[in-house]
Amino acid sequence: MVRFGNSIAGRDRGGAWFLGILTLIAIAVPVLNILVPPSSTFHLSAYGIALIGKYLCYGMLALALDLIWGFCGILSLGHAAFFALGGYAMGMYLMREIGPRGVYGNPILPDFMVFLNWKSLPWFWHGFNHFLFAAAMVVAVPALLALVFGWFAFRSRVTGVYFSIITQALTYALMLAFFRNNMGFGGNNGFTDFKDILGFDLHSDGTHAVLLVITAVALGASYLACRAIVDSRAGRVIRAIRDAESRTRFLGYPVESFKLWLFVFSGIIAGIAGALYVPQIGIINPSEFAPINSIEAVIWVAVGGRGTLYGAIAGAVLVNYAKTYLTGAFPEVWLYALGALFVLVTRYLPRGIIGLLPSKDKVVPKAALLGESHEESARSRQAARS
Amino acid sequence: MKKAPVRDKRLDLRDLTVIFDGFKALNKLSLYVDPGELLCIIGPNGAGKTTMMDVITGKTRPDSGTAWFGSEIDLLRLTEPEIVNAGIGRKFQKPTVFEQLTVFENLELALAGGRSFYRTLRARITPAQQNRIDDVLEIIGLTKQRTLLARTLSHGQKQWLEIGMLLMQNPELLLVDEPVAGMTPHEIERTAELLLSLEGEHSIVVVEHDMHFVRSIARRVTVLHEGRVIAEGDMDKVQKDARVKEVYLGE
Repeated sequence: MVRFGNSIAGRDRGGAWFLGILTLIAIAVPVLNILVPPSSTFHLSAYGIALIGKYLCYGMLALALDLIWGFCGILSLGHAAFFALGGYAMGMYLMREIGPRGVYGNPILPDFMVFLNWKSLPWFWHGFNHFLFAAAMVVAVPALLALVFGWFAFRSRVTGVYFSIITQALTYALMLAFFRNNMGFGGNNGFTDFKDILGFDLHSDGTHAVLLVITAVALGASYLACRAIVDSRAGRVIRAIRDAESRTRFLGYPVESFKLWLFVFSGIIAGIAGALYVPQIGIINPSEFAPINSIEAVIWVAVGGRGTLYGAIAGAVLVNYAKTYLTGAFPEVWLYALGALFVLVTRYLPRGIIGLLPSKDKVVPKAALLGESHEESARSRQAARS
Repeated sequence: MKKAPVRDKRLDLRDLTVIFDGFKALNKLSLYVDPGELLCIIGPNGAGKTTMMDVITGKTRPDSGTAWFGSEIDLLRLTEPEIVNAGIGRKFQKPTVFEQLTVFENLELALAGGRSFYRTLRARITPAQQNRIDDVLEIIGLTKQRTLLARTLSHGQKQWLEIGMLLMQNPELLLVDEPVAGMTPHEIERTAELLLSLEGEHSIVVVEHDMHFVRSIARRVTVLHEGRVIAEGDMDKVQKDARVKEVYLGE
């Protein structure tokens, strides 16, 4: 069928580039690690793999954020909460997987429970010894939180900065809750010392390489799913909501339910990203809920370029690469650099780094300028009359 | 354009009274619009033009009086969305089109059809819908601009696009509030042509200040003042009316 309008399907060049690079990473990383001998300069260490895996997970979080912020104008300042919940669900599986190999050798209870003198497993820990159950929870828990939270927020027509503030409060509240030992999630230490996943040793390079490939596939699939949504008519409704919410409602679209389902889907992607992050990094603790994490994610998206999907991913990777380098070389300047970056990008690159690339969209037809001057004159004329 | 279904509903307002805090915004207002007729309503600020539109679209409930659309639709018993579904579309004064969508996509979102997230996720434009959009693009004169983002349109073009979005729902009665405010003379002329081309196919009520514009489109003009009709007839007759001169034309 012929499709008109600015359907991106036929010319998603940025997306094609992104998927190409992602495929290259998924192939090159295992090759550079396994086939290239450690003595070679081209050898990629396990640390290197984990670092790239981390960037890809952050890219997925940025993608989730761009879907709601860039396309629907919902600025969540608590999206790392979904990431962390997905991570905790995976962490619970990895803890159970340790079994009797823990420091205290208890076959059922994770070390921190033995340490706290707990006698039996809390009810919500049951089932997490099965990978599939944990995988289901990775999706279900962030989805449920997004559904309940979003239902209340959107039904009450909480929008704009108020929505941002309560999402920030949400992640802060979760952080405080997870810091408590008697929540049953390991308190401030969280979960660590994982041994293996589905029987594969988490300390082997091979497992890390496979996890990285899985992460790349998950990121690519998430990208395609988000792209399918934003290119559908639903995607156009979502952008309409972003630009003129009440007008969209006036056309008969249930604005609240669009926002809600988009928010839930975004929460699920963030949750899966968190679940992939934990086995590669080897630790999850309540600091993942820290408000600053969610704010950093927003900066990645802004730096990369909102409303392009691949731009957000590129932003996440670039900012985090800079963070890895700067926190190593000049630890004290990182936060200043991050703040400066945000200010500069907002001021000088409203379309982010992606906006620097040549693109057909960037050419503003002369009519646009004319149109604005018409509106200006309309306003002044109307003002003069009334 | 394919022949529209039978359109025989007459808009009939009788003795409408709306009181805001003791102020009579409408004072026993009575008027009618015949099927396919283009009626212009003029009147000074505060004459009750907008309140009248609000009553027809269900936004404001009158304190007394009746409002019928045809012999079977009692507008005072319907909610706002029900009135839209009954075939009454309203264009507000300020154009609000979706700036970041193309002209075509703006019309696409105005298409009748499933409105849920799931339905729109799977929606594809059918050939019939494609034709409908093409027809409307032709009517509003934006065929060449179909792939442009709406934000690149001129003020006048945005107004036409919004009229086009109303037309997508194929309303029997169109209420148009100050369509030419802020337009260039050329755009005003085009708007007059557009509204005249819709006459017959749709009943149209135009509220407008611009007397020159009203003269160029109106067969029948109704003058409101202080919530009631003070004169009615063709433009020449209305302009000669002594009361109209006194209250509105400022002579």
